[in-house]
This record gives sequence, structure tokens and C-alpha cells, in this order.
Amino acid sequence: MISKNKNKKHVPNPEEFKEELLKKYPLKVAKKRAKGILVNDPKDTGMEIQANVRTIPGIITQRGCTYAGCKGVILGPTRDVVNIVHGPIGCSFYAWLTRRNQTKPPTAQDPNYIPYSFSTDMQDSNIVFGGEKKLKDAIQDAWDLFKPRSIAVFSTCPIGLIGDDIHAVCREKKAELGINIFGFSCEGYKGVSQSAGHHIANNKIFSDVIGIDLTLPRAGKFVINMMGEYNIGGDSFALESYFEEMGVTLKATFSGNSTIESYESAHDVDLNIVMCHRSINYIAEMMEKKYGIPWFKVNFIGAQATAKSLRRIAEYFGDEEVMAKTEALIARELESVKAVANKVKPLVQGKTAMMFVGGSRAHHYQELFRELGIETIAAGYEFAHRDDYEGRRVIPDIKIDADSRNIEELKVVKDKVSFKDSLVEKKKALKDKNFEFENYEGMMPEMSKNSLVIDDISHWESELLIEKYKPDIFCAGIKEKYVVQKNGIPLKQLHSYDYGGPYAGFVGAINFYNEMERMLCTDIWKMIDAPWKNEPVCVGSVVEE
Amino acid sequence: MDAKVINKTPFVSTRNACKMCAPLGSSLAFKGVEGCTPLIHGSQGCSTYVRRYLISHFKEPVDIASSNFTQEATIFGGGTNLKLALDNVKSQYKPKIIGISTTCLSETIGDDVSSILMDYREIPGNENTAYVHAQTPSYQGSHADGFHEAIAALVKQFARRGEANGKTVLLGGLMSPADLRYLKEVMQAMQMPFVLLPDYSETMDNPHWDEYKLIPEGGTTMEEMEEMGNARAFIQFGEVLNKGRLAGRVSGSHHVVSAGDILQKEFSVTGYHIPFPIGIDNSDLFFDALKNISGKELPAEIAKERGRLIDAYVDGHKYIFGKKAMVYGEEDFVIALTGFLTEIGIDPVIIATGGESKLFEQRIREKTGTENSIVLSGGDFEQMAEYARQIGLDLIVGHSKGYYIARELGIPMVRVGFPVHDREGGQRLLHLGYRGSNQLFDTIVNAVIQQKQDNSPVGYKYM
Repeated sequence: MISKNKNKKHVPNPEEFKEELLKKYPLKVAKKRAKGILVNDPKDTGMEIQANVRTIPGIITQRGCTYAGCKGVILGPTRDVVNIVHGPIGCSFYAWLTRRNQTKPPTAQDPNYIPYSFSTDMQDSNIVFGGEKKLKDAIQDAWDLFKPRSIAVFSTCPIGLIGDDIHAVCREKKAELGINIFGFSCEGYKGVSQSAGHHIANNKIFSDVIGIDLTLPRAGKFVINMMGEYNIGGDSFALESYFEEMGVTLKATFSGNSTIESYESAHDVDLNIVMCHRSINYIAEMMEKKYGIPWFKVNFIGAQATAKSLRRIAEYFGDEEVMAKTEALIARELESVKAVANKVKPLVQGKTAMMFVGGSRAHHYQELFRELGIETIAAGYEFAHRDDYEGRRVIPDIKIDADSRNIEELKVVKDKVSFKDSLVEKKKALKDKNFEFENYEGMMPEMSKNSLVIDDISHWESELLIEKYKPDIFCAGIKEKYVVQKNGIPLKQLHSYDYGGPYAGFVGAINFYNEMERMLCTDIWKMIDAPWKNEPVCVGSVVEE
Repeated sequence: MDAKVINKTPFVSTRNACKMCAPLGSSLAFKGVEGCTPLIHGSQGCSTYVRRYLISHFKEPVDIASSNFTQEATIFGGGTNLKLALDNVKSQYKPKIIGISTTCLSETIGDDVSSILMDYREIPGNENTAYVHAQTPSYQGSHADGFHEAIAALVKQFARRGEANGKTVLLGGLMSPADLRYLKEVMQAMQMPFVLLPDYSETMDNPHWDEYKLIPEGGTTMEEMEEMGNARAFIQFGEVLNKGRLAGRVSGSHHVVSAGDILQKEFSVTGYHIPFPIGIDNSDLFFDALKNISGKELPAEIAKERGRLIDAYVDGHKYIFGKKAMVYGEEDFVIALTGFLTEIGIDPVIIATGGESKLFEQRIREKTGTENSIVLSGGDFEQMAEYARQIGLDLIVGHSKGYYIARELGIPMVRVGFPVHDREGGQRLLHLGYRGSNQLFDTIVNAVIQQKQDNSPVGYKYM
């Protein structure tokens, strides 16, 4: 694989490729799938991709369920809440410490319930007679055991069907125990993908947690929340150190290395920065409506992107000292980044990558590859919506279907006590100077012409893609990993990082460059062909004529 | 220490479960059938979670389709989704068999999968594929139950009456691909014709391929499954299986039947019910059964392996004698392991499973011959951890999920069984027979020696 990469390789005609891809499907399915596959033209703003629509049954998807998005992604990384999964055992077991999000309690005495997986472990009789009693007892168990600050309850498929009222149980136990207890109706069948679960989680955290503590003094002079950063492989730790050096106080991260305690007063900040747009933009928007807190999109994947994002935060505050510290930090860190880039780039540039992951990673990681001179020739998301592909400008045109209607849109009004007019004015002043807020341009404008954009890629599609395009590296998750590697292409996991990381920030860029050297310059792939494989199959003598 | 058996947990909630859900087990069993694509009839999350879990252990492509339930399907029934899913699986994978597992979702709404399949089969073009259905709602039993439910469903559907073929049927349990390969090797060495069900020795541990295969090669063939009805004998590994009064499983229901029961009752095939062959005693039972069935003596090589295992016991037992161990996992695996540990002089003080069969404790007591060990049926890791802190342990033998207890107690851990997702090679761990037992024995002894060496003030490098 490696040896032939030095040359620019033959790239198939993308339109023909698309046609071949669709041939395998029955006509109706092909028609539907065709809308989710685009040959990109970054200049064409009229291109529309079909996204966030149901996966066709029987097509093997990498998508997860609503519960996975709610419990696994959003609430999973928060350490001071006991998460009780109400349902049979599987759902809780499979989400037990599998996302590799790290957390660091300040002392060993501080609560950390992430290593626990609580389940009501519903049995036959509970399904028949109802599980509310069992849930109440389970909440009591959790209280008796840990005396936690808060308890969250997650409904799985059968709970929705048998009609247990988890919210009533939560209210009752909340009144009885005097701690915050809240439930998520995140039954797996509810949405198109885990994305529905993100939205459900956003809503509940916003309505039941954020801003309930009005007693704390302000956390600092320049205070922000970081949203949509989940601390996989320690990403958040790297970023936290930058903010500290800049003189900016990080109030809460949603939700890497986070606490419910920090969410309770997370309304008292000057700015929300949004990393993964898909999973968390709902909270950012609702907080702006309720508290007047502006938000903008950042990206900390890639050294240049990190520098740009940190600068924007400093510029937002406009404080000389913060700006100076930020510049010093960037200059110093870019120096170390450059040293590694200089070593790795000549070895890997000109190679090609594909990435199919997440709701923002497939976009963000293109930055890192670009820094190494590796082009992303195909990309797509697992659970994103059109705005993550085409940019937020298309939001008004997105059709609301039955699946989106399933999820409640909260009515948000200005908070009489905590709304900050000063922030609205600050935003307006900056906007007048062309400072961009509440925008996300999406993935497609940044991808090259004729690259492929494929939403919710199926197994079959990725196999053909690999066969025809022969990328040098494929980025996805564990479910695709061995499929891709059996095809002779290395796969980098961008969900769990294959035990690596962090990949965010400057230190992350360095780690990622080194990882690319390890993965792209190995000799393993040369051993695939056994020496006897090319020997003639027939045994016997050849008579020359 | 007082003898204690905990069947009813003091806690209502399960804290850090020691079991997975039934559709995971059934899907794994279906992966052991040639040309089979498993399909989970439920939310897409079920298939995604099960896949990611199996993949993280076996480190192989694992394609499991889903009928992708939506809110509508939960109201109007999942028939339409299931049929569409079958259509699409067939067009993409061209499977010989589709193994359908139901979930807590489809079972709760009461989808009648058998009648949906009956209708579906009648549509022209659908008759050339076989469809097998295992009822596996996760509120009934564990992944081990799902595994055996699927095997029973396969036997029920495919075994045929006909002319005697002299074959021996091996009904496997939750074993590693290396274990399954070992069983096949033994049968070949004995020159006994056999059928192994399920056989995921290849499908879940593939070599690197020249060309990608949508359905990996290998697995028990349809013909082999048909032949099971005319076999000379069967050997069923495991004693609990999906029998006994299982939590939630409706007692007396016709579903609670093992594959061996079906062969014995409906096809009058002679049955040998033996534990997993781990350790001398359990392996002897296996080879005795083979000798009985075939009337042949053990090949010299196998007899030598037995001899080497004894030799290893003689050399190494003093390092582990009296060490206190905790062992956990699926019921049948743990029963065999407990026998093995007892045999080599280790004291299994905590013996736990997430399964809830009443047979478990009875068998464990038979193996250990003592009432003094803690036997947890329907146990979870937090219960184990509480006892472990109280009692003190020298060693943990089990799968990756118990690692945090070993870490907390600062003791060695030997990884066995499923899932092993914090190490490479879980799929290649050999546990069975004299050879597998020997490997396990060496690993256990060395884990104990390393602990001693690491903590010794001198750091001797000579024993």
C-alpha cells in the first residue's frame, strides 16, 4: 500500500462511481440513497444533501440509537451524576465506560460515578406489571450508596412501550430526597439516530440543570463555557490548560471532564464556544435566548485551527493582556508543532484520506490531514443534519419530518434575573466589526471539488469506495475498523482514538502527526502477499516450443 | 468465613453487570453458521451496540443487520420493517440463512415473527433463503441464554430424520474461536466424523483476505445441521445452558429447551452432557465420551498432552497452592473453571455469574466440595468487589470487565472468556482440553510469580 503512494494516483470519475454504487440497490432504495451521496462542488451553494433521515432497514449502518446519543454521549462524561438506565441489562452494559472520555476529579474524595453502570435490569415480570416500583427502589439504592448531587434516569425501548412514567417517579423521588433527579425519555426507537438523543439530553439539561444555582459569585473576569467537547483521550485537558494560560476562566464543559455542579451556574458566563455543532448547538441557542450569552463555532482539531479559535476567544474579550498571553502561547506551541510537522510531512504528503464519523469530526479532522498535505477525498457524517454539511444558512429550508417532530422544541423566554443586556450589546458591537457569531459554514464548502460527500454510509458503500479509490487511510470507528483493515487499508478510530490521544490543541496535533507516521509508514502491509502466492499454480515442466 | 449464597441481591439495581443481553449471544451463535447473516429485529442501536461489543473482542468485521424500528413501527408493528430488512440483506449479502433475533422491543409489542416469516417465505424469490428465529428479549436471561436459544432454534429447524451417518455432534457453548478449532482438531485426530454447532472458529477469527468477503467463509453448513438428526451421538458442553429456572424466563415454556434436549427427545440421539473440558477432570470426561462413542483409544499425541499437563501441575502447583481467587463469567464457563482452579490447588473464594439459574450453585458446590466459598448467582461486579475487599484476594480470573477490582486491590488478573477488550488476542485464547488447560495453568502460575517478583526487594530472576 505504502510504496505506490509517492505518485499521484488515478482517481475514478466520481459520477460514474456513484452510479455503480447505486446499482446494487433495489430501485426504490437506490433512489433514496442517491440523495445522500454528493459529488462536491464547494462553490455551488445550491447543492443539497439528504441527511438525518431514517436508515433503510437491512442496510448495515454505523448509527446508534437515541439512548446512545443521550446517555452515552452527552451525559456519559459528567462525573457527579449517577446515571440509572431503566430497562433490560444490555443497554446499560454496552454504554459502560466504552467511549473513553476521561475525567479528573480535583481530589480523590470528589465524586466520580463514571466507572459505574447502573441498570434496573428489567425482567419479564417487570415488563408485564410495570417497572416504576423497581425504578424508585433503584433511585433509592443509588442515594443510599453514594448520596450523589443528582441522579439521571434514562428510558430504553421497552419502557416507552409499557408506559412507565419515569418523569413522575423522578419528581416524587426528587421531592423525597431533596436532590436534583431528572429523567430522559430517550427510547432507542425515537429518532433517526443518536442525534435525537443529543437533542433530548440538551433539552433536559437546559430545563432542569442550567442556571438553577444563583448563589455562586462570578467565576472570573473572562468566563466561558466550552460546548460539544467530550474529552475523548484527554482532549479537554489540553484545551483547559490553554484557557488557563490565556487568563480565561472555563466555567463548564459540555460535557468532557464536567460536573453537574458546574452546569448549575453555567448561565453566568460571557461566551459559549461550540466545538461539535451537531450535538450541542441546541443548548447554545437556548442559552442565548434565555441569558443573552453569545456563541460562536470553534475548532481545536489542527494546530492552525486551534490558533485561530484561541485568537477569536481573545479578540472577543478584547483585553490587551489576554491577547498578549494568547499570542505568546500560540507562538510557543506552533514552534513545537512545526518541528514534528517538518519530520512527518515529507513522509506522508500526497496521500489520501477518507473519514466517516460523527457529527463534526469528519469535518474537523480534515484540518489535521491538510496540515500534513493529505487530501480528504471522501467524507461523511453518521448522524449529522443538513446544516452540518451545507452550513447553518440552510436551517430555515430543512423539512420538519415526523422524526424531528418527535422531539420537543422547548419554548425559551428571557430570564428576568440572569439575562445580560451587556452581552447583547457586546455582540452587536463586535458584529458591526464583522466578527462572526452563531454561524457554522459546514463541511462541504471546505472540501475540494469532485470529492465525495456521503451521509450515513453503509458497509457496502464503504467497501466499494475503498476498492475504487484505494485511500491510504480511512477514519471511522471500531465497527468499520476490521472491515477496512481486511481490505488492506489502515483505519484510524476517531471515536475512541485507538487508545491514543489527545488529538485536540497543539499537543493533539503533534500526537496525530506522529500517529500518522506510525500508521502510514509501516511495512506491515507489504507482508500481506505471501511469497508463494505469485508462483505458478500448475506443477510440472514447461516445454518450450 | 460464613458460607453464603446470594441469589437475591440486597440492591434492586444492577451495579456493573456481569452479563450482556440475549440478542448478543444469539447473534454470535448465528455467526457460526455458514452463509448466515444475523439480523436483530429491534432498534438500530441494538445491532450497533452488539456489533461494537463483539468487534471489540474478536477484532473482526461483524455484520449484523437491523430492522431499524421507528416510533411508527412500535405502534403499528415491525412486520413491514422486518420484511424490508430481509429484502435488503438478501440483495446485499446473498446469505443462505438469515438468523433473526428478537429484542425487548419487538417482543414487548408482540410481533409474531413466525407468521411474518411464513408470509414472507411465500413471496416468490424468497424461498431459496432459510430464515431462523430465536426469541431473545433481553429481559429474559443473559447473553448465554440467547446463545443457546439460537442453537436450539437451529437444531429444531434443520435437524432431519434419515439414515444413520455415524457422526458425532458437538454442541458448543460460548467458547473462543481457538477453542472451536481445538475441538475440530481433536475430532480429526480421533478420526471421528463430526458436526460442530456453532462453528465461528473461522468467521470470527479470519485470516487476512486477498479479497473482501461480505460473509466470511466457514461455519456449520445447512447439510451438517440436517445430519444432526441422524447422528450417532452428541456431546453438549455445559450443564446449565438455558435450562433451570431462569430469571424471567417463563418456567415450563417450550422455549426453555437446549439443542441437546431436542436431539435426544425428538431424534433419539444418545447424549453426553459434560462440562467445558477445562482441567484434567473435565477434559477426561470429554475424552472418555469420545472413546465411548468411537470405541477407539486416544491418539498418542493427546495422551502425551495429558501427561504434559500433569507434569506442569507437578512443577508449578507450589506457587499457587492455597491462593485465593475470584472467578466470574457465564455460568457454564465458570463451573468448569472452578473445577480446574480447585484441581490445581487454588481456592476459588468468590465464584460469580450474572446468570440466574439455580443449577449454578449446585454444580459449583459439587466442584469445590465446600460450602465456604461465596457463590453469587445473578451477581454483579459491585457485589463481587464488596466481598473481595472483605475477604482479600490473590488473583482474579475473568474477562476485562472485572479489571477495576484487580486494579483497586493491586492483584494480578488473568484474562479469560468473553469479553476481553483491553488486550489483543482474546479470540485466540485457548481454554479447552489438556493443551488449553496447560496454557491457562502456565498463565496463572506466571501471573502469581510475577506479582511476587515485582514486589520482592531483590527481584530474583531465577527460581
